[in-house]
Amino acid sequence: MSNIEIDAPGTTQLLLGNEAIARGALEAGIGFATAYPGTPSSEIMATLAPIAKKMGIYAEWSINEMVAFEAASAASLSNIRALSSMKANGVNVITDFLVNLQMTGIKKGLVLVVCDDPGGMTSSNEQDTRPIAKWLNIPLLEPSTAQECKDMTKWAFELSEELGMVCMVRSVTYLSHTRGNVRFGRLPEETKKAHFADFYDIDDPQQSKYTCGMQFHPYKQSEVLLKRFSKAQGHCEGSPFNSYNGPNTPDLIIFTSGICWTYATEAVKILNLQDRVGIVKLGTTWPLPEEFVTRHLERSNKVLFIEEISPLVEQSVMELAASLPADRPRPTFYGKRSGHVRAWGEQDLNLVIQSIATVMGTSYRSRQSSNAEYQSTLKEVAKTLPARPLTFCPGCAHRASFWAIKIALQLDGRNGFVTGDIGCTAMGMISPGSFQVRTYYAMGGGVGIANGFGHLNQFGFSQPVIAVCGDSTFFHASIPGLINGVWNKSNFTLTILDNSATAMTGFQPHPGTGITATGETGKKVSIEAICRSLGVSVQVCDPFDLTDTVNTLLKVMRNEGNATVVILRRECELVRARRERKKPYKMYVDSSRCIGEECGCNRICTRVFSCPGLVWDRDAGKAVIDEAVCEGCGLCAEVCPQGAILKEAL
Amino acid sequence: MSARELSKDPLNVIIAGVGGQGNVLMSFLIGSALVRSGYFVTVFDNYGASQRLGAVASHIKISREGANASPLLHEGDADVIVGMEPIELLRNLIRFGNPEVIAIVNTRPVYPIGVISGEVDYPELNKAIETIRRLSAQSWIMNATEEALRLGNPIYANVILLGALLGSNTLPLDKETMEGVLKEELPKVFDTNMVALHRGMDLVRETMNK
Repeated sequence: MSNIEIDAPGTTQLLLGNEAIARGALEAGIGFATAYPGTPSSEIMATLAPIAKKMGIYAEWSINEMVAFEAASAASLSNIRALSSMKANGVNVITDFLVNLQMTGIKKGLVLVVCDDPGGMTSSNEQDTRPIAKWLNIPLLEPSTAQECKDMTKWAFELSEELGMVCMVRSVTYLSHTRGNVRFGRLPEETKKAHFADFYDIDDPQQSKYTCGMQFHPYKQSEVLLKRFSKAQGHCEGSPFNSYNGPNTPDLIIFTSGICWTYATEAVKILNLQDRVGIVKLGTTWPLPEEFVTRHLERSNKVLFIEEISPLVEQSVMELAASLPADRPRPTFYGKRSGHVRAWGEQDLNLVIQSIATVMGTSYRSRQSSNAEYQSTLKEVAKTLPARPLTFCPGCAHRASFWAIKIALQLDGRNGFVTGDIGCTAMGMISPGSFQVRTYYAMGGGVGIANGFGHLNQFGFSQPVIAVCGDSTFFHASIPGLINGVWNKSNFTLTILDNSATAMTGFQPHPGTGITATGETGKKVSIEAICRSLGVSVQVCDPFDLTDTVNTLLKVMRNEGNATVVILRRECELVRARRERKKPYKMYVDSSRCIGEECGCNRICTRVFSCPGLVWDRDAGKAVIDEAVCEGCGLCAEVCPQGAILKEAL
Repeated sequence: MSARELSKDPLNVIIAGVGGQGNVLMSFLIGSALVRSGYFVTVFDNYGASQRLGAVASHIKISREGANASPLLHEGDADVIVGMEPIELLRNLIRFGNPEVIAIVNTRPVYPIGVISGEVDYPELNKAIETIRRLSAQSWIMNATEEALRLGNPIYANVILLGALLGSNTLPLDKETMEGVLKEELPKVFDTNMVALHRGMDLVRETMNK
């Protein structure tokens, strides 16, 4: 949809924040880009990969964030600018490497883009990654608009190179996934030459600069790191991405960063307080531009902080204020500490209007709330609207897999349960997955936690444990957990729901597909070959063959005292539909065979199985196919005890 | 291209629907046409985690002043709401509606899982439509999915509704710019999209306009 590779300086395109980040990297002249898919970060690599070859860039979807970041570092150390992008959880995965890379520093610009998900709309948590930058002394940039996503990413490479250390660009869902006008700059023309050669010249000319510890005692490297980082402040001090807008002596001054700056700006305008409230926009939130901040702190005796999510700027500015001489003014601080700003979840325009109005002692009525009768009618209507909860797509193999797991656990009868993992399979915890998933934490966490459950038998634990993961999750972080289970003889069944795609984040390829990010044929890695090499029993089933799947699961669950593997393999229906562009079956309900509520099946089709393509015709009292939704997968024909749901091959 | 003055700045539009109906594409097409017409636009597609059949709402803010608008509308501040599904229009009307709002709605329901399983009821359709009429200053009501099925695929409902939006003259958009965007972005289905776009424009003329 976008065309980020054109060399047309001065033209404007409507770009996603993530596309703008990709464009910024192009304008910075990157030669290397890596990522692991994760909402809301995925579009950065999804935009770069298809144009990588043409632009002379190496781009890859890596097996996980750790390898992605390590590989990008290699490019940097070899004189090539490199970008690595991931969601917040990914930074947890790279932290060990990152801590150590900070000790040695880097060579050519290395930028880590992190897309946080305040509110946790598509994540297991709502982690704020920014404190890691403060903890590890990493320069932290927070763009506020799509334009800044491009401009600040480009600047991050320059800064990284200047300081000799990795720089972090932090986005959030509402920035990464918002389209905005972006004015393009120039694409650089330069020949890149990669070569790794850099040796330390202080203590030991024999040891490479890019090693941690040993002769270079970590404390010596810390000293060098702090020296390097101290230069960052000067760069941030003069940055055009820090600015003030407002009267000379406002009644209130707001310190804000990232997407929250747009909320604050719009809220002040909506409240008509432009003459009384000033806004300090911080584009460089670590290190703080201390002189700039101090100068603006003196403008007002009331200061409000608006940011997502942790009070990073709030605490940093308060630390700075505490260090100022006693004769300097001490404003009153409002924010998360004082309770004037919500300390959890994402901010939005409503919340920010509320916070500013409270501190300013004014009130606000919207076009809706200023009409009480209209608003009360809306409240009545709201009560009549059914929610639209998450579900598996029509034709999804996971619906069948969790159905089979549920039946197998019921037949087994020992109160068995499922430990879940990240991705589409996580929906096994809610109704479309028959509520089977009982624990859910992190990539690889399903099989990891199963290791422990599988060793509790000496304390009387007798429940079967089924660890579930997707195919991409298997490669990312589940293999060590499986090996540990095999080695230590833990008692669990790892069930890999292999739909041949990283489906939740947009169908990115992974080692099992054998296709690389740039669409080339890579080496295809076999999940069953990996598992079999460990000497465990491996069964492969098609989850749409419900009888076979249930029987297989039942059998392996009874195989006490060993970790076992079942692969439930069927391609993601959306991937299939996109490729083949036709439905496999035309589905229909034979209304003479459907006997509705009389059947005794508890309406297994629509009440229990609940595929959105198969609906209940209340007037007729029978099931019916919704042809606008049904993908024609044919699975529902198997669940109807009356054989009333029929499929016709297309 | 210099942008025409707006009745309000920013002018706020919501496209509400269900995952799989083509919300994201529609908001992108509208946004692209507006950028070509010289406006500053922000477009946020609120689609959460589900690929298909979750509630989706695209928030579009149109401005002549600058590109610094925040991504989401605030309470009661929609100027136009397009509903690709009736209760999704209502859901957004509840949060963002006001007595001056303009509504364009596809009458074809997509049933949530809870309705299919019988745990909750879908509101009676005629009543829901009546509520939309009552709570908007102006409304256009049409079965865009049925029209789209006549063109061979329910997905064309989005371009039919785009045509209706164009025909309603509520946005500073002209037909030629929109056609240009459709030609460039979706060349393979351009002919069918033209039929769909014009059908939508006709429907606005034909359907009852309060």
